[in-house]
Amino acid sequence: MSPQPISNHLVLDSRFEEIARAEQAILDDMKKFTYADNHHFAVKLALEEALANAIKHGNNLSPNKQVTFDYRIDDHQIQLTVCDQGPGFAPDQIPDCTAEENLDRPSGRGVMLIRAYMSDVSYNDSGNCLTMIMKKNNAAPE
Amino acid sequence: MPDAPSRLMIQRNGEITIIQFLDRNILDEANIQQIGEEIASIIDAAGDPKLVLSFDNVDHLSSAALGTLITINNKIRAKQGQLRLANINQQIYEVFTITKLDKLFNIDKSTGEAVEKLS
Repeated sequence: MSPQPISNHLVLDSRFEEIARAEQAILDDMKKFTYADNHHFAVKLALEEALANAIKHGNNLSPNKQVTFDYRIDDHQIQLTVCDQGPGFAPDQIPDCTAEENLDRPSGRGVMLIRAYMSDVSYNDSGNCLTMIMKKNNAAPE
Repeated sequence: MPDAPSRLMIQRNGEITIIQFLDRNILDEANIQQIGEEIASIIDAAGDPKLVLSFDNVDHLSSAALGTLITINNKIRAKQGQLRLANINQQIYEVFTITKLDKLFNIDKSTGEAVEKLS
């Protein structure tokens, strides 16, 4: 019998040290299901990038702003939502970091990695809330 | 504030410097910054830097870590030096191929192979 779905809601301060707590929570809950090592790798990577962006670029490391992280795990997929209190951004306006002329630019790869490792990625209209879905049968990047 | 302990293990092999990461996860921004500064000081001290970065302890890295590797690579190129990466596991290698950074970096299977190509 499949385990019951698990949902969780975390509120994080805008400090990088908070990321490990969020990762630990979801990775521990994933172990209650039959997710493979590559699923754990994908979730850890995508969540790291999403939270780092929210803390740094969204909330600008402000001690007065928080990041919320919600997740829901069932036996078929994992949904993760990360929201910050920043003004939001337009993800489509990030330069293509894989273009030859941009390969030696040190920044701009986080969102691309999220898209590569998650099955579905969407933003709210204001661009400060990111929802990622990883389907169990579609985890590894092509 | 006292200096933080090094996050790197450094060996010399003639004119080649072999740097091994001690962290399994190269994710934390503060750690990444420290790693970048430590390696930058090695590059600054060398006339013609030849570096091998060994990833054999590394299970995870972030885009911030990739950014630091690119900065290191740019610094080494500016000094006409050479950088090779080695011992990258399959999952991490996939991150390099997705971002096409496998085209930017010289990547070898082992430290020995990297040293041989730099010798």
